[in-house]
Amino acid sequence: MSVATSYEFLDKVISATPDGEKIRKCLQCGTCGGICPYGFAMDFSPRALIAALRADDWHGVLESDTIWLCASCFACAHVCPTKIPLTRGLLATLKTEMLIGGSIPQELQTALGNSRRYGNALGESPKKRADWTRDFTIPVPTLANHKDPVDVLWFVGDYGSYHPRVQQVSRALAKLLYVLDVKFGILGAEECSDGDTQAFTGEWGLFELLARKNTKAMGRYQFKEIVTADPHAFNALKHEYPRLGFNRTVKHHTQYLLEHADRLAPLLQNRGPQRVTYHDPCYLGRANDNNIYDEPRRLLRAIPGLELVEMPHNREMSVCCGGGGGGMWLDGFVWEKAHVRTAEWRIKEAIGVGAQVLAVACPYEAPRFEDAVKATGNEGKLAVKDVAELLAEAAFG
Amino acid sequence: MSDIWVVIEILRGEVKEISYTMLAAGRQLADGLKGKLSALLIGHNAQALASTLGAADRVLCVDHADLAEFNPEAYLRVTTAALQEHSPRLVLFGHTAIGTDLACGAACRLKWPVATSCRTFAAAGGELRYSSLTCGGKIIAEGPIPEPNCLATVMPGGYKAEAGKVNKTPAVETLSPPALDGVRTRFKQYIEPPAGDVDIAKQPILVSVGRGIQNKDNVALVEGLAKALGGVVSGSRPVIDQEWLPTTRLVGKSGKQVKPKLYLAVGISGAPEHLEGVPEAELMVAINTDAKAPIFDVAHFGTTCDALKLVPALTAQIQ
Amino acid sequence: MNIVVLIKFVPDLVEDLEIDASTSLLDRSFLRLIPNELDEHALEEAILLKERLGGTVTAITVDFGDVDETLFTAVAKGTDRVVKITGEDFSQGVSNEKLAAIFQGVLADLPCDLILTGTQAVDDLDGFVGALLAERLGLPYVGYVTKIDVQDGKLVARKEYPGGLNADIEISGPAVLGIQAAEKPPRYVVTSKVMEAMKKASIDEQEAGEASVEAELPVQRMSLPETGARAEMIEGSAADVAAALLKLFRERGVLA
Repeated sequence: MSVATSYEFLDKVISATPDGEKIRKCLQCGTCGGICPYGFAMDFSPRALIAALRADDWHGVLESDTIWLCASCFACAHVCPTKIPLTRGLLATLKTEMLIGGSIPQELQTALGNSRRYGNALGESPKKRADWTRDFTIPVPTLANHKDPVDVLWFVGDYGSYHPRVQQVSRALAKLLYVLDVKFGILGAEECSDGDTQAFTGEWGLFELLARKNTKAMGRYQFKEIVTADPHAFNALKHEYPRLGFNRTVKHHTQYLLEHADRLAPLLQNRGPQRVTYHDPCYLGRANDNNIYDEPRRLLRAIPGLELVEMPHNREMSVCCGGGGGGMWLDGFVWEKAHVRTAEWRIKEAIGVGAQVLAVACPYEAPRFEDAVKATGNEGKLAVKDVAELLAEAAFG
Repeated sequence: MSDIWVVIEILRGEVKEISYTMLAAGRQLADGLKGKLSALLIGHNAQALASTLGAADRVLCVDHADLAEFNPEAYLRVTTAALQEHSPRLVLFGHTAIGTDLACGAACRLKWPVATSCRTFAAAGGELRYSSLTCGGKIIAEGPIPEPNCLATVMPGGYKAEAGKVNKTPAVETLSPPALDGVRTRFKQYIEPPAGDVDIAKQPILVSVGRGIQNKDNVALVEGLAKALGGVVSGSRPVIDQEWLPTTRLVGKSGKQVKPKLYLAVGISGAPEHLEGVPEAELMVAINTDAKAPIFDVAHFGTTCDALKLVPALTAQIQ
Repeated sequence: MNIVVLIKFVPDLVEDLEIDASTSLLDRSFLRLIPNELDEHALEEAILLKERLGGTVTAITVDFGDVDETLFTAVAKGTDRVVKITGEDFSQGVSNEKLAAIFQGVLADLPCDLILTGTQAVDDLDGFVGALLAERLGLPYVGYVTKIDVQDGKLVARKEYPGGLNADIEISGPAVLGIQAAEKPPRYVVTSKVMEAMKKASIDEQEAGEASVEAELPVQRMSLPETGARAEMIEGSAADVAAALLKLFRERGVLA
């Protein structure tokens, strides 16, 4: 259960991931803490954490709560010259210990409690998960009412289902699937949170509970592949669900739509905004070397008149919006500790390259970046849109 | 047996507002039943307060040194003894920290039913009815008030306290308290509210500011309005983050959940993260120039009037 | 100190509530029942007390249906013993009078120093369970409690009044206290610990005894309050709107 010493903890880290053993080879170079967007505010950067563990200062490690600044963005793991699985191994395991010890910021407790009770972090009624499809012109079939096999099982996710801003993204994607004549269906009330972000807060037991509900629900239906607009769901379905024996093809919506580019491109008749920049979501790019960098860019370039410009931090060097690893549920805590919001840095970068639109591909991003646009006083200067929304606008006006 | 009783609530020598709400309700019911309205005033050296209870036909005073401050068991003993002796048709208590302790205990001891969280009552054709709000205000439950005796706890909202403030001198009678020996509860001390900030979760009137207020200087305008309304200022996250207001004033997901009587939202768009904090404001009024702001989906009243003009105008009119 | 915590299950207000065909009851067919929030605070306060002063915590609920997970979660949080009162389908709703009578029966054979429960529950209509139970047990009751201490061998309950004022009430001997808020919000307990409790702990099942109810409150009709989907908009100049708002505040009793 809980560990008592640094060495026990290190053993737990080592067994948490296939490459866990590499933690023993840490060079203490400090690159991890340097690239971490919240490194300046953490009592222990990953490097300092490993040093403290080597010095057997387990007590000191447990006393600090700044691990909750970690947005599990994989920046440290990506730059680590030794390729230590810092995010999934060291940091997520430390979060587990913090959870067991009861050192959990209140906001995070609420999100985890909601996830356990309702199957979604927002604490919404599970029965209302498909309510966004009501009064919507495009039919979005729920698999329970639609027994025929489908090609695509669309995993909508918590935010795509419930968050008013992200529901707009869901509606845009529904339009695209419809116009592409895709045979698709959603799980509706049978779906629950993919559990990925809960897992990266260290709550692996909860992840398993949620994942098993989803795999059970998906097991009831016949489909060829899973498509999701949520990189966190994508990451979980691709890398974590197989450990539970669920091994199905999953595609991010940008991958799926690009596969159908030949049929999609002719539909893109409306000129898009002129200058667009794209923010790479951590879980499409760096996380587990998912490396989905080109698909969204190629889709954006297919929109007539759209000029894609790059921010200084792009692709694997992208800066996290701050929502991962539980950050979505720790805004108050993070602000109190760090007085910085990474989403605001990102907005300044986007404005800096003269973009009119910041294109995104993750449900955490539209609400966070729109908030940051307002907070930085750039209202009216920069719009935030999911790639699916920009494509739908180009296709339908 | 058509008498209505109100158990007056006193805290630190002051008659609480809910007492007048109950007197307003009780007056209506007593008149409807052609009965008398009695106010039960429990305390020590509190008889002078009887003069403020003119809505009642008579005030029954129980005085004892041990009753100087609210003492649950002693007050319960006094209340049940008086009710047992006089057997009124209906007894009203505040739906409060004091009233509910007494009403529920007395109900059980007297074997009379109790209806909690009542907002309104009706007296028609000699029959009494209650209407109560339950399930977080999502359900109204109604029914007859059983004969011969019943207790009820009253929430504010159904009657105007003003109507219970009648400038008349009621008859004052003294009831001797039952023996108070062997009482197992004892008032020890008051703990004053922390000298720090007010607790917005407990404030009945909140004027809440959002990013739409534009800059810190405008917070002062809103503070003026809050003061005029007798409330305090709270805010949404962006405002707190900008440090225009202290963290203690934050309403919403990462702040406090509030349940005010009035929630006046100024320049708040109504993000779900914020609305989580105000699920049950009794009256929500939103001022926002964006007619499409989601706050208007949940507010009871709204206006797209410019807050920077409206707030000073409203403050001036209140004053 | 040996503490008993009573847990009532109530309709989850996250769901839309419906009234059944009789128009006097909640439609319970699609209702989700969850532990009453203040009862969870009561449990937290009990565990905090145990951590501070030692002793045991026993959590009791009646069989409202899906209660096992709540009881195992209580174990994972530090509850020593969990009891489920069976014998009837309580998921169809039970009045507080009756609930108090049922708890009374169980507590008769369960000596303890302190009984905690939430001051109130969201679906209360006929009194508060804790206060009703105290009277049945002949124990003193204090509600709206936010902190419990033991000083010179006596319980001291901090009772909350509006406006941030509190009073300390000293109590001799055992008592029933209604908890308004625990000193700290109820803890989240990691899922793996709940799973462990499910494997290791067991729930004591106890048959409900004869529950005599002497005074019942009749409920004739239930209805949903009317709600406007969107705010009623007030138009006009700043002065006009201010006047309209002022009138509204007076009508609603917000302003004198």
